[in-house]
Amino acid sequence: MSENQQGLQGPPPEERPHPDGRRNSQGIRIDPEVEAEPDTQTAMISALVEHEPGVLARVAGLFSRRQFNIESLTVGPTTVEGNARLTLIVEEPEPGIDQAKKQLAKLKPVISVGELEGRPVRSELVLLKVNGDDPDRVQAVTEMYDGTTLDAGPETITVQLTGEYNEIEDALDAYRQFGIIEIARTGPTALARGSTPTTPGEKPAAEATAVGVEADGGGDAGGDSAESQAETTN
Amino acid sequence: MSETAKSHPDADEESTTEKPPAEAASEADDNATPVTDGSTAIVRALENGGVEHAFGVQGGAIMPVYDALWDSDIEHITMAHEQGAAHAADAYGVVANEPGIALATSGPGATNLVTGIADANMDSDAMVALTGQVPSDMVGSDAFQETDTTGVTMPITKHNWFAASADSIGDTVGEAFALAESGRPGPTLVDLPKDVSFEETDVEPGEPALPAGSEPPTTADQESVAAAASTIERAEKPLLLLGGGVIKAEATDTAREFAREHGIPVVTTMPGIGTYPEDDELCLSWAGMHGTGYANMAITHTDCLIGVGTRFDDRLTGGIDTFAPEAEVVHIDIDPAEISKNIHADYPCIGDAGTVLDQLTEAMDREPDAREWREQCQTWKDEYPMDYSIDKDAPLRPEFVVEAFDEATDDNTIVTSGVGQHQMWASQYWEFTEPRTWVSSHGLGTMGYGLPSAIGARFAADDDQGVVCFDGDGSFLMTIQELSVAVRENLDITVAVLNNEYVGMVRQWQDAFFEGRHMASEYNWMPEFDKLAEAFGAKGWRVNDYDEVADSVEAALEYDGPSVIDFHIDPDANVYPMVASGAPNGKFALSEEQL
Repeated sequence: MSENQQGLQGPPPEERPHPDGRRNSQGIRIDPEVEAEPDTQTAMISALVEHEPGVLARVAGLFSRRQFNIESLTVGPTTVEGNARLTLIVEEPEPGIDQAKKQLAKLKPVISVGELEGRPVRSELVLLKVNGDDPDRVQAVTEMYDGTTLDAGPETITVQLTGEYNEIEDALDAYRQFGIIEIARTGPTALARGSTPTTPGEKPAAEATAVGVEADGGGDAGGDSAESQAETTN
Repeated sequence: MSETAKSHPDADEESTTEKPPAEAASEADDNATPVTDGSTAIVRALENGGVEHAFGVQGGAIMPVYDALWDSDIEHITMAHEQGAAHAADAYGVVANEPGIALATSGPGATNLVTGIADANMDSDAMVALTGQVPSDMVGSDAFQETDTTGVTMPITKHNWFAASADSIGDTVGEAFALAESGRPGPTLVDLPKDVSFEETDVEPGEPALPAGSEPPTTADQESVAAAASTIERAEKPLLLLGGGVIKAEATDTAREFAREHGIPVVTTMPGIGTYPEDDELCLSWAGMHGTGYANMAITHTDCLIGVGTRFDDRLTGGIDTFAPEAEVVHIDIDPAEISKNIHADYPCIGDAGTVLDQLTEAMDREPDAREWREQCQTWKDEYPMDYSIDKDAPLRPEFVVEAFDEATDDNTIVTSGVGQHQMWASQYWEFTEPRTWVSSHGLGTMGYGLPSAIGARFAADDDQGVVCFDGDGSFLMTIQELSVAVRENLDITVAVLNNEYVGMVRQWQDAFFEGRHMASEYNWMPEFDKLAEAFGAKGWRVNDYDEVADSVEAALEYDGPSVIDFHIDPDANVYPMVASGAPNGKFALSEEQL
């Protein structure tokens, strides 16, 4: 053991004044008497992206590494060639939803991000394979829920359903009596209601040029996009 | 001068003849060989960006790019290991305020860069990594030296690209360059398949240009600024928290003026070291886990915390619940995602640090009445001094070694470090006064960062700037092979190894939190670094006693070339103050008993 004095001079921790204030786990100042953690909310986020190789991996990787709870994710083209829309359902406390949107907007291929608040138009497609022992009753349920029979064989019947979450869940309840064999669900997708653009600044193909896509459709991520006119927010 | 140096041009002479980037670029336009293929387009894109130095390691898939460098004025520094190339490029970028360039081949070359890229990403350092890749038609076949480099580096780059064609490759590299340094800087990477590098093209890349839609914000929303301004005016205990972003934004002068004009005391983050002179009365040095007691008292008791270019990292905040618990927070940052990420911002101001500070000054009608608060801060300085006592018969105190170097060098000397106890002593006991003179691995905490970063810093530094690397014995051993580069290039750098034959920070934690069970933290045996230095061709000293310190420091600094001093310090020396993980900053411990 050395002779060196280890440590520094000064009043020890218990003799120092300390303020009474507190922050919650989101770093928000709170009244220490009525401490409460924020509730988890469900948010529907729509992101307009450049449809380039790897964009889905970038988004999925972001949500995974930042531990954002993601319930579903759908992807598909938009009116603008070379753009795609991602629709995500995120379950987080309010600051987490905000953080997810901002981190998403930082990704280079992400053109713009919007949260579908209020009552967006939303729908999901479900393919459902049920036991075909009782085709008439299956048909009756399918008609009741505005479904479509896509395949009817001696052993199984495959039905397509579309609609909002609650409608789909009600229909699935009704089909359970026949024995559901397989389900494939797309996850919900959505658009903002009325004339509000789904993501900020979004325009239809006639008024917008795809970002990051070459005229020859080469699809190179680093392609020349200098003449892009699309309004962007990231 | 060592013998090996004779075959190399004198470093001083070389840099005095260097042309400013703009002139170099225009000359390149006139004289440069034309773009003929992907590789020459890549090199031309770098030249267009004003690149003068690149750090890397050769290898199969990157050979065409290296061949194109043969005809370029860009000076390439061959490093011993790709990790060294990445750290050197990172540090070069920090000191030169431009993206550092790192090159590596596919597979292991690229994966060896990963630690350095992740380090740059955590510290928001501008860097462009160019990696070779197997030919396009072999991608996905598990070819020799194939790694999914864009996949591996996706989470640790601002963005990365897989180059698709020779015609666009130059502009892609230009985009990577521009994006790396714009807004909140960071590393970018372009993966270059060998066939694309070889492919013929005559497309001359333009000047580096940002991808569409990537333009960073500049001015903050005026309403937020006005609200923030009136809060600062009303504050009784305002505190300015300057982060590394202030240096990135070249806003050091503006931040200093802001503090002085409004009489607001300053703490910095660790990456923010150098934003404000530590010898100034208003400055309380840096806050956080091993920050000064007075900085941690101030950040605990402030009623208005103005954070600029900081991400409120956990090593700064300590426990979130007790961080600046009485403070309204004004947060200035260029990255919207940093606002309210860790600490809720009552007044978010998204924009360029210097611009927004000017906006704030413009919006303020009066100074906060903070006279008592300033006095309180001075009282804390007196109460919690960064003092240590020495016993000439006891083993060397590391703090003494740091101060000996500080006293023997000019204010503009650049200090680099590895990671661990030595890094904390260097940052605590060196009095920093200038930005871009503290070069370290903050967010990632990469042991081994010190030596390669000293090499990168040396190439970016002015001729009259010294470069001193503080390293630990463990850190030094992780990248010691780069000493071969320092000798070959005859770089005037001094490495001070604070050698305690421990993974010292781990040993300190084991003593405090693991009942002194030194599992895998005792080396028990270390090579003799002075002799090792001599074997590399550098100059080496070993120092055990106080009376040898001054002479060895002087000799090492005077030596024109790489030198290493192996200081055998007190193995029991610990770093204080210390805020235990998740503890309140204001309850920092001054000794082990207080943890």
